[in-house]
Amino acid sequence: MNLRAPAWLDPWLPSGRTLVIAAPFAFLLVFFMVPFAAVLKISFADVRMGVPPYTPIAELRDGALHITMNLDHYATAVTDPLYVGSYLYSIEVAALTTLLCLLIGYPACYLIARSDPSRRNLLLMGVMLPFWTSYLIRVYAWIGLLKNQGLINGFLLGAHLITQPLRLYHSNWGLLIGMVYNYLPYLMLPLYAHLVRMDTTLLEAACDLGARPWEAFFSITVPMSRRGIVAACLLVFIPAVGEFVIPEILGGSNSLMIGRVMWDDFFVSTDWPSAAAATTAMVVLLLLPIAWFQRIQRREMGSG
Amino acid sequence: MMNEATRPPKPLAAGQAPDFVQVVDVVKKFGDAVAVDHVSLSIRKNELFALLGSSGCGKSTLLRVIAGLVPPDSGRILVDGQDITELPPYRRPVNMMFQSYALFPHMTVEGNVAYGLKREGVGKAELRERVAAALELVQMSRYALRKPHQLSGGQQQRVALARSLVKRPKVLLLDEPMSALDTKIRRQTQFELGNILYSVGVTCIMVTHDQEEAMTMADRLAVMNDGRIMQIGTPDQVYEAPTCRFAAEFIGSTNLFKGALAGDESRLFDCADLHVPLQVHNPMNARKGHEAQISVRPERIAISHRPAQQECNWAVGTVEQYAYMGSYTLYYVRLGSGRLMAVDVSRMAVRAMERAPDYGDTVYLSWESDCTVVLEK
Repeated sequence: MNLRAPAWLDPWLPSGRTLVIAAPFAFLLVFFMVPFAAVLKISFADVRMGVPPYTPIAELRDGALHITMNLDHYATAVTDPLYVGSYLYSIEVAALTTLLCLLIGYPACYLIARSDPSRRNLLLMGVMLPFWTSYLIRVYAWIGLLKNQGLINGFLLGAHLITQPLRLYHSNWGLLIGMVYNYLPYLMLPLYAHLVRMDTTLLEAACDLGARPWEAFFSITVPMSRRGIVAACLLVFIPAVGEFVIPEILGGSNSLMIGRVMWDDFFVSTDWPSAAAATTAMVVLLLLPIAWFQRIQRREMGSG
Repeated sequence: MMNEATRPPKPLAAGQAPDFVQVVDVVKKFGDAVAVDHVSLSIRKNELFALLGSSGCGKSTLLRVIAGLVPPDSGRILVDGQDITELPPYRRPVNMMFQSYALFPHMTVEGNVAYGLKREGVGKAELRERVAAALELVQMSRYALRKPHQLSGGQQQRVALARSLVKRPKVLLLDEPMSALDTKIRRQTQFELGNILYSVGVTCIMVTHDQEEAMTMADRLAVMNDGRIMQIGTPDQVYEAPTCRFAAEFIGSTNLFKGALAGDESRLFDCADLHVPLQVHNPMNARKGHEAQISVRPERIAISHRPAQQECNWAVGTVEQYAYMGSYTLYYVRLGSGRLMAVDVSRMAVRAMERAPDYGDTVYLSWESDCTVVLEK
């Protein structure tokens, strides 16, 4: 049986290559762009009681199409101190989380990548093992560690290192510890993949040319892994900005990250348009670091 | 070590210290495998010394021990009288050109060459001057601002050379310098690299598995096998007067005969494969009946349709196989004993004969005693 399409159809048929590339784009179109368009639509609507809890944007009345686009929510989203404060706080927490993850994760990745090949997988397993339990359970488990009568305070009190329990649970410290804990593997895996591929003869060459080990590290290893660092940091930073469970469970009442504000808008005050406008504003804000990353990547590709 | 016994060593030029680099009884094991087995070497100042051997013979490990990249289990390394065994690589007056060149991909050609000087804290003006001079030396000035991946293999090699020379090391180590190059440019590069090294006047230790490369470039070479040094000498010493079977077979090809000494301290050996005794260059200091291997190089054997006019060192057989090799023809001649001998006959010699030997011809082979070499082991 001949399954080949007739020759005259060839110019209109997509090649296998196009199909393979199209698959993820189709997925993103359906499950990201379409919902995002819905969010965009809601952000221009107004609040009302009922189902759905927002007014339609386009209406056919008396044979005329009326399009009402309410920009109030955007005005609120960029001026209201609650929103602006939560954006800034989210970015601050995400940036701090990324920095701490990098400071902890980079040396660890470096050591794993330089360790004996037979031990690398074991060490990596140690990094990934927590992922085998549910995210929520892991976050709840931190309550047991962080609370005033928890394991950490219990140990420090017992060892007479402190006289008062540290306020870890429901505080910014607890939030940060939980964030770093949760996002560390996201940083380590791509960074490790980058570092393990690095040619170690380059370090030998640096050493031979007079570089002490730390000089070789900063002049060869770090610059060569810059792309891996940026990718890994974005992989932590972007989801960390929108993180909502950890600040909700471990953070204090003042740790108002944007995810929590949106949750309240959607489910407590049923103000969908405000939440949608804040989401859109946040996406625009996050596009900046991604665009920056792409520029770096293009530049590096261009020059090697 | 059995070295330099047959010919006087090359006279030392002015300023050539006899023992500029000394490797003293170095041993290096990886687990149970002995990579370097009690190796001792003396290398003269401004000499190009080659460590020659097949892969896994320990030559690269020895080079890395000298560079400080691999700590030896025992033994010492001395350079210019200074014991550097305990020094880390970044403190040694030694630089290495890596087999893969190991150029830093994120730096320009200039940045690569300047790297070592920057670590030394050389001042800006001097740094620029020395980098420019090093690039000039290898004719890469035009490419100073390129990145390594924008260069051809030969250009990368020259940058790597400039980078390892710019620090003016006392010893330059070259790890398989030609292996990453195409065969075509390899031969030309051998001469170019040799010329640059001579013009700079630096002591070089080169590791190679390519005998031609070692013969072309090196002043002296050491043949290594199984972590041990088999023979040390100038290329022609090692080729013309191999002292061991390994060296005779590793460098070029040879005909080996097993012989028994015909008399006490005699020059004659009786050999089961031949009707006549083998006469060697020097009398052997041993008793009658002492057995040894004797090597005769194929290109030192004359071929003829008529019997040779000599008492020793000849054989008769039939041409079994021959191959035209361009500058010479390789004949395989089967002797009466069943022994096959290889004979390289130059184009000139073939043309001088009234008729080139053909399959099945009976031919007479003869050679002089000065190319009949007894191997000590």
